[in-house]
Amino acid sequence: MKRYMFLHHTADAKFQAFGATLEEAFANGVLATAFLMWDWKNVEKKIEYPVEIEARDLKQLLVNFLEEVIYLLETKMFLLGSAEKIRIEKKKGRFFLKALFRGDEYSDKYKIYGNVKAITYNEMEITNKDFFMIQVVVDV
Amino acid sequence: MELKKINDYTWEIPKQEGMRVSTVIYISSKLLESVKRDLTLRQAKNVACLKGIQKRAYIMPDAHQGYGFPIGGVAAFDLDEGIISPGGVGYDINCGVRLLRTDYTEKDIYSRRKQLLAEIFKEVPAGVGKGGTIRLSRNVLEEVCLKGAAWAVENGYGTKEDLLRTEENGRMKAADPSYLSQRAMERGTPQLGTLGAGNHFLEIQKVSKIFDRDIAKVFGIDSEDQILIMIHCGSRGLGHQVASDYIRLMENKFGTRGLPDRELINAPIRSPLGQQYYKSMSSAVNFAFANRQMIAHYVRNVFAKIMGSSKGMEQVYDVCHNVAKFERHRINEEIKEVCIHRKGATRSFGPGREEIPDVYRSVGQPVIIPGSMGTASYILVGTSEAEKLSFGSTAHGAGRLMSRHEALRRFRGEKIKQDLERKGIELKSTSWKGVAEEASGAYKDVDEVVKVSDAVGIGKLVARVIPIGVMKG
Repeated sequence: MKRYMFLHHTADAKFQAFGATLEEAFANGVLATAFLMWDWKNVEKKIEYPVEIEARDLKQLLVNFLEEVIYLLETKMFLLGSAEKIRIEKKKGRFFLKALFRGDEYSDKYKIYGNVKAITYNEMEITNKDFFMIQVVVDV
Repeated sequence: MELKKINDYTWEIPKQEGMRVSTVIYISSKLLESVKRDLTLRQAKNVACLKGIQKRAYIMPDAHQGYGFPIGGVAAFDLDEGIISPGGVGYDINCGVRLLRTDYTEKDIYSRRKQLLAEIFKEVPAGVGKGGTIRLSRNVLEEVCLKGAAWAVENGYGTKEDLLRTEENGRMKAADPSYLSQRAMERGTPQLGTLGAGNHFLEIQKVSKIFDRDIAKVFGIDSEDQILIMIHCGSRGLGHQVASDYIRLMENKFGTRGLPDRELINAPIRSPLGQQYYKSMSSAVNFAFANRQMIAHYVRNVFAKIMGSSKGMEQVYDVCHNVAKFERHRINEEIKEVCIHRKGATRSFGPGREEIPDVYRSVGQPVIIPGSMGTASYILVGTSEAEKLSFGSTAHGAGRLMSRHEALRRFRGEKIKQDLERKGIELKSTSWKGVAEEASGAYKDVDEVVKVSDAVGIGKLVARVIPIGVMKG
């Protein structure tokens, strides 16, 4: 299965990410978001950031989760190389996500070629037919 | 969806299915074709369903699909019954344009144009993740958010005259940075005085045509071949985070049930959360004004260094493209204060409005409409007609036509640079991919956009300018 694919959107970037589990689809969504800015495949895994997120529903959880990539880039110059150990739980009507981001601090050996301003709800879909699929439009 | 043609440049979505008012679209048949292909019209209809909306929802000629509101959407809300919506402003709060005039002509700078552009590229930080030359403490950043461009002037960036020639005098007084999240502050800290990336740019331009000599003269534009500087950028990560934060806070407070689109989440204007968003948004607006103020200063320094002088490099004006604010407008025979949302639209006030600086009050406000990379940009003048037809608003740019994905498939950054050079336009960018994504072929024809604005009367043509040097983030 492909990790993710990019689709047409007039002004912004739109992608679908896939997974056998919801967690895997979320992880691939993070990689797709990163790929709009740098090639995550080339990033050395030297630094770790534990991520913990809470949200009112699954879509908000996804927005908050993907936003971590932008936040860590802009404030810590952190380039994500992988998202591991993802766990999503629903407790008392609220959604919780834990993950470990691994990657490296930006330096001249890396190339940042794109910008993501924000994650949006526009045309967002989270589906489960044979496999999990998330669709996201990001503001670039 | 029913769409009614009123005249050559005016279309209407009559009141239907949940709409509280009708939606009016100022557009040509040619531009309407591309608008019909995406979600613009559906989004335009959704806006008209929002609580407390006044008179009509308006869509500008350069409209395209956004999130929640379409880009190019203008709506006014009653202060008691109405709402304020982060999706009605957009993520890049106070994305806007600043225009500087100069006493130079193309002939004066032609031999040194490459040097000028290279030096600007060195002095103005740009690109993703590229920090500014100054590091701010939280206290100073709060001061920037409170005072806007005035903070920059107090700290040696530019002059008091610049402030007079900036929308809101470069400062929205409602700003209260204590409502900004820690994350918004963290994202803002390294980014003040930076151009950013995406569609943001800085251009050395020359006047190619003057349509109205008298008004152009008032704006400081005297002749063809005169050199101007255009700066297009916004509130960077700080503003993006404010939008994301308040969408989340409003969802948590009010839930998402019944919304046709989650990005239309909103709060009553007078509610605590509505007020907090307005105060936070105003802080981001001020950050963006300070940002453009600093960049203008860097550019003046470069001219002083390379050309020997920055004398005469006065500010023509600085306009917001993404903002919500309180303004007085005539609604059904009554003049009342409303909350205007302009998302991808420029204020276009005509003569006499007190919001316009003294120097322009007799002619109307300068409206600056940037084109796409390497194409023409325009200077228009606001009109009294616009106040009747669009709450004093007009277009804000060319508007995208093609997805970035498609642009990357069709265009190559290196090739675009060569093509521009052949046309006498120098280009410097932090990213070839960014250049390809912003290729002029991926945008609508800005000439057509301003033609519609002029024909409808919501912004009249004053001058056309073309770039000779382009710096892209």
